[in-house]
Amino acid sequence: MTDRKFLVSPGPHLQGGTSVSKIMYLVLLALLLPSTAGIYFFGFYALSVIAVSITAAIITEYAIKKLRKRPFIMDGSSILTGLLLALVLPPTIPLWMVALGSIFSIAIVKEAFGGLGHNIFNPALGGRAFLAACFALDMTTWVAPMGFGADAITTATPLNNNFAWSGNNLSLYQDLLFGNTGGSIGETSALMLIIGGVFLLAIGIIKWQIPIVYIGTVAILTLIMGDDVLFHLLAGGLMIGAFFMATDYVTSPITSTGKIIFGIGAGILTVAIRQFGGLPEGVCYSILFMNAVTPLIDRYVKVRPYGLVKKVVSES
Amino acid sequence: MKIKFWQKGSSRGVKLPHNKFTAKNAIETLPLPEKVIIPLHQNIGAPCVACVKRGEKVLTGQKIGDSDKFVNAPVHASISGTISTITTIINPPTGQPVTALVISSDREDSWVELNTTKNPKALSAREILGKIREAGIVGLGGATFPTHVKLSPPEDKKIDTIILNGCECEPYITADHRVMLEYGEKVLSGLNLISQILSPKNVYIGIEDNKADAITHLRELIAAKGYANSFEVVTLKSQYPMGAEKTLITNILHREVPIGGLPMDVGVVVQNVHTAVAIHNAVYEGRPFVERLVTVTGAVNNPKNLLVRLGTPLRTLIDYCGGLKKEAGEIILGGPMMGISQPDLDFPVTKGTSCILVTAGNPIREMDCINCGRCVEVCPMHLMPTRLAKNAKVGRYENCQEAYIDDCFECGSCAYSCPANIPIVQYIKVAKKELAKRRVAK
Repeated sequence: MTDRKFLVSPGPHLQGGTSVSKIMYLVLLALLLPSTAGIYFFGFYALSVIAVSITAAIITEYAIKKLRKRPFIMDGSSILTGLLLALVLPPTIPLWMVALGSIFSIAIVKEAFGGLGHNIFNPALGGRAFLAACFALDMTTWVAPMGFGADAITTATPLNNNFAWSGNNLSLYQDLLFGNTGGSIGETSALMLIIGGVFLLAIGIIKWQIPIVYIGTVAILTLIMGDDVLFHLLAGGLMIGAFFMATDYVTSPITSTGKIIFGIGAGILTVAIRQFGGLPEGVCYSILFMNAVTPLIDRYVKVRPYGLVKKVVSES
Repeated sequence: MKIKFWQKGSSRGVKLPHNKFTAKNAIETLPLPEKVIIPLHQNIGAPCVACVKRGEKVLTGQKIGDSDKFVNAPVHASISGTISTITTIINPPTGQPVTALVISSDREDSWVELNTTKNPKALSAREILGKIREAGIVGLGGATFPTHVKLSPPEDKKIDTIILNGCECEPYITADHRVMLEYGEKVLSGLNLISQILSPKNVYIGIEDNKADAITHLRELIAAKGYANSFEVVTLKSQYPMGAEKTLITNILHREVPIGGLPMDVGVVVQNVHTAVAIHNAVYEGRPFVERLVTVTGAVNNPKNLLVRLGTPLRTLIDYCGGLKKEAGEIILGGPMMGISQPDLDFPVTKGTSCILVTAGNPIREMDCINCGRCVEVCPMHLMPTRLAKNAKVGRYENCQEAYIDDCFECGSCAYSCPANIPIVQYIKVAKKELAKRRVAK
């Protein structure tokens, strides 16, 4: 028995038990509440948007992997992209557009760059930007929450009027927090998104730097500009963007200093687009822009290696 | 009695499962093996040249290999018998072939005459260093750097602190733990000899807090033996790689060893607890270093801490521990983090073997890096492991050089934390080897 040959593998021979798919499924778990809120407020159709988006993402990934002659590994990343895309789409968008956006996200934004780990832009946001460019009207048609069964009624939302919502209406904050307002499927309830984000922070999947600095920058800038800070934080896509999109490992800086730079940049851009741009919302484009500069940030922000500066502190 | 209770830890590194299953197993002496295989290169530095011939009779403790190089430690016969063959084996840490002498036992275990010393206080530093060298002592934590070299810093390096390393931060291994519990007096006596050589201001014994019994035991011994004014036991957080020299120095003294430098550059010498015992034996009893403690653990039927003659084949140890369990698939020399897999059980225990770990063996399935930054977060040397690995993978070794690859001591914290299962350390090792080759070529 002891004459046999044994496996020879490189060390370390212990593994910490984290895996890419585990991380993906935990993020999916964190998105359970916002997704449920979206379905609760926008009914069965929202559920079908989510289902179509995820299915299209998985099928596309499988097909592209076969085309590229690479193994298809069900690591959960395509499910996550599909779900995130659905959550940032309006609840009345035609399903074929959803499928198209999802295919674009996976095939062009992710796989064309080499697949998971090589993409420059966040796939879900890339897909959303693609749809916004192609179908401007459908992408900006917002309805009031109608739940199951009721008819969809087109409504003005915080996203119209360039964030020019006036007044300190307490019930407005409440609606934004709990989700009883028009908007994208997953963006309605800021509270559910915050719970999901805090969950990810607590289990160490995401680091505090990007979401906190991002949200903080938006808060400080709107305060300086004399706008309604709370409104800016709770309305639109800031919470889902800060907690779930900007924190995407692949497309954000690797160092904590780099993450802070990323957060500040995204914050400034978001406020600038909201205030001065012609677009209704700036979260998506600000994050995509910061994705583009991430390789640059990672190139110039370095960790100080141990022992670089001779530092001798004598103990007396 | 001035004994402080310190709890310190750097934020870097990883929390590992301890898996110290053999911590309560008292040391057992392995019966003399039928044959031993003694490689002539068991230290960092120059290899030895055989000073015996095939067919020659040797006594236990007789020097059988030596070198005139400074960075070298001689090797000794660990049993008495006949040199039956001179062969070549592969040295696992380097992967290079090395000459080995095979001694067939005469089952007598007749020793060479040992030069005992009653009162080492009378010896000069040079005389003690000579005894350490002659005994063939190397760093027994696994680094195998010749101890007499480490204890002879150049004139311009003032050593003010000695740290005795009892961290044993690798999971599974309990050899040093048992050394501290069962050979505590020799540990302190050996440490006293090291102090006699270097006459430092401060002497610390650093032990991780998962070995509370060893901490208590050594503190009691220090008080009982009257060392209370000179030695201090420091409790350290159980966080891998606490036992690495640089991590240890930073945690105890808040000093950073400069890049490319040695602990002596910041006035520190670190020695392992097992090495201290070997120094005691060499100086007081004149005993050459021919046996060491080895933890045999993992998928073996009866895990044990064994006192083993050097050169004993792994097979003998495994058999003594009741053989392999069914799930055994990989044999690792050393701990799970930095240990090296062996293809078979023919390799012998050498000076650096602290552990034989048998695992089920899981072949890794590498994915692409997702830039999560976990490796950057845990690297005790504050490097960017994923970048080193990426550059090494595509052969851009000069980029690795610029990113301080030589500062990496291959602790494996990065690969342990990697969700994409990238064998980062392996890539780094390859890059280092290539860079070394290029330096030689220049």
